[in-house]
Amino acid sequence: MIMTNEKLIRKRNRAEKRFRAYGVLSLLAAGSVLLFLIYTIVSSGYSAFFRASMLLDVQLDAALMDVAPPYTQDVLLQGRYGTVVKQALYAQFPDVVARKDRRDLARMLSPGAEQSVRDYLIDHPDRIGSRISLEVPLSSDFDQLYKGYLPRSGDYVRFNEAQLQWYDRLQQEGRIHYRFNTQFLFGGDSRYPELAGIGGAVMGSLFALLVCFLLAFPLGIAAATYLEEFARDNHLTRIIEANINNLAAVPSVIFGLLGLAIFLNVFGLPRSTPLVGGMVLSLMTLPTIIIATRASIRAVSPGIRTAALGMGASPVQVVFHHVLPAAMPGTLTGTIIGLAQALGETAPLLMIGMVAFIADIPSTPLDASAALPVQIFLWAESAERGFVEKTSAAIMVIMAFLILMNLLAVIIRSKTQSKVE
Amino acid sequence: MGTVMTTENFRSNEPIARILADEPEVSTVSSGADIKMATKGVDVFYGDKQALDDISIDIHSKQITALIGPSGCGKTTFLRCLNRMNDVVDSCRITGSITMDGEDIYAPGVDVVSLRGRVGMVFQKPNPFPKSIFENVAYGPKIHGLARTNDELEEIVMKSLTKAGLIDEVKDRLLAPATGLSGGQQQRLCIARAIAINPDVLLMDEPCSALDPIATARIEDLMWELKENFTIIIVTHSMQQASRVSQQTGFFHMGVLAEVGTTEQIFQNPVDTRTRDYITGRFG
Repeated sequence: MIMTNEKLIRKRNRAEKRFRAYGVLSLLAAGSVLLFLIYTIVSSGYSAFFRASMLLDVQLDAALMDVAPPYTQDVLLQGRYGTVVKQALYAQFPDVVARKDRRDLARMLSPGAEQSVRDYLIDHPDRIGSRISLEVPLSSDFDQLYKGYLPRSGDYVRFNEAQLQWYDRLQQEGRIHYRFNTQFLFGGDSRYPELAGIGGAVMGSLFALLVCFLLAFPLGIAAATYLEEFARDNHLTRIIEANINNLAAVPSVIFGLLGLAIFLNVFGLPRSTPLVGGMVLSLMTLPTIIIATRASIRAVSPGIRTAALGMGASPVQVVFHHVLPAAMPGTLTGTIIGLAQALGETAPLLMIGMVAFIADIPSTPLDASAALPVQIFLWAESAERGFVEKTSAAIMVIMAFLILMNLLAVIIRSKTQSKVE
Repeated sequence: MGTVMTTENFRSNEPIARILADEPEVSTVSSGADIKMATKGVDVFYGDKQALDDISIDIHSKQITALIGPSGCGKTTFLRCLNRMNDVVDSCRITGSITMDGEDIYAPGVDVVSLRGRVGMVFQKPNPFPKSIFENVAYGPKIHGLARTNDELEEIVMKSLTKAGLIDEVKDRLLAPATGLSGGQQQRLCIARAIAINPDVLLMDEPCSALDPIATARIEDLMWELKENFTIIIVTHSMQQASRVSQQTGFFHMGVLAEVGTTEQIFQNPVDTRTRDYITGRFG
């Protein structure tokens, strides 16, 4: 009798150990996949936050730049800076004289070099006529060469011998610098990878999320509160409830089509704008917010409701003074998770035209703009080698936003939990 | 433990002694001049199920009326009819008449919210709002517009806490969350909250069932003091409690009011056999 018991106990203990091992194994598997994913994205994307540039001695000749006093911002924006940049470059390499060689030499610089001169002058108009040392961006190919992504030789080499020599000479002279690329974080999109920035997409996404929040949050809370606290339990409300739950499972591209058909074609709202993007995303976020709010309203202790009613609070006072404040942490958590989903949503934005190439940074939700996930989609499609790292870096930026938002949700939850305790 | 026993003994004798000594008050039970609330032929249905059948009882002003009876007999349902808390239950239907100071509280023009301001309620489980102690008591006066200034509000809060016998324990932490108080303190806070809006009637639904004997004793003391200003109706499972605190007792059994009379009469000389069986512990 005792023997069989021991056998049983051993068997049970083994089964428990085995089950724990399965759990640990599945956690390890999931964790390693996640780590691998993050590693590949970070390792191929971190270099996009840096840029190789060349130190150039530029003679700021007003006549060559086609500007005349007064040197206001408008005047300077009209100026031509290609000539002074090229002159500075040729001065750097006095031995290069042939037309073809000079063209190859000019190709080492990014078209952004002219913008660098222009931006410098807008900040320092008094320096016109003097000679300055300025860091101007290298072209994407040489930027990639510096970062080691492009080969110096082989079948697919993108440089000729002379260019490689000039590049080596610049490096020996210490004229190639590698700096943090602020233009990537704050600039707009560009056809040139070394100039492309994510600022426009970030602003577009923020505007869209703002519109989405302003629409979905009050509507969602109002709908959830009414359904949970005031609506009678009849067929109509049950049909509405079932459909709200179904809505949460509708593919997002359908919401995009709806937005295209109604917001753009019927209401005639401006295409490609964060306003319409936010409206479409709010359709997707609404069910999430309604479901989360209803769950947290249901979790409010009924004692609080009866206590308030017993004190002579009207039903609306009960809801606004007691139920909603108690339900707010759950509601906010649900809202943030809904907004995080909306931030990563691409398909509905493609449908309403937010996929267009837009270089300007939007200053209002009514300006045409890209959005973060669409920007990733656009860059992933581009052929240039330089956009590979930009794609990964944009994914890093969107992940940073998602982590921030989820962190916020966790903080809200833990704060309110400690309050209850 | 010795001190607890003495307190209990002392306390349990006191109300009976007072009733016995206070002959005139007992005799006014049937005079009708001081009837605060009266129900006549009240039936309550939940859907098709009848929960209460033909309840008629007079509630006397500035007295404690205890409602006793086995679980599920309809005591709480009846209590909740008196401040129309059953209104929030969709399937609940009430017929018959319930009057307060001669006015029908179910008449079409009656504002439920104002009614609940005059008929306060304390629940079985202490249910303070998850706010500060001060805000718990201040909430009622605020929504009913009883205080014009913050000073007035503070005065009402302090007075209510004093009346509820809680002031000494909480005066240093009025802004601390009410949920941090002990169960007994929370229940006294709920009483303070209820009396802060100065109701005429205080309904108490098994207010001590979640409390230990010491906290129970404090609440009973408190009820004894509150009786001076309020009409109290208490639902209780403890017959000792009913006999200790109340002047009038109603015995509910399976949805009917089997017997009602002075507490002394119900406990010492019950007329109905069901009452006698219940009180002597033969069932329930």
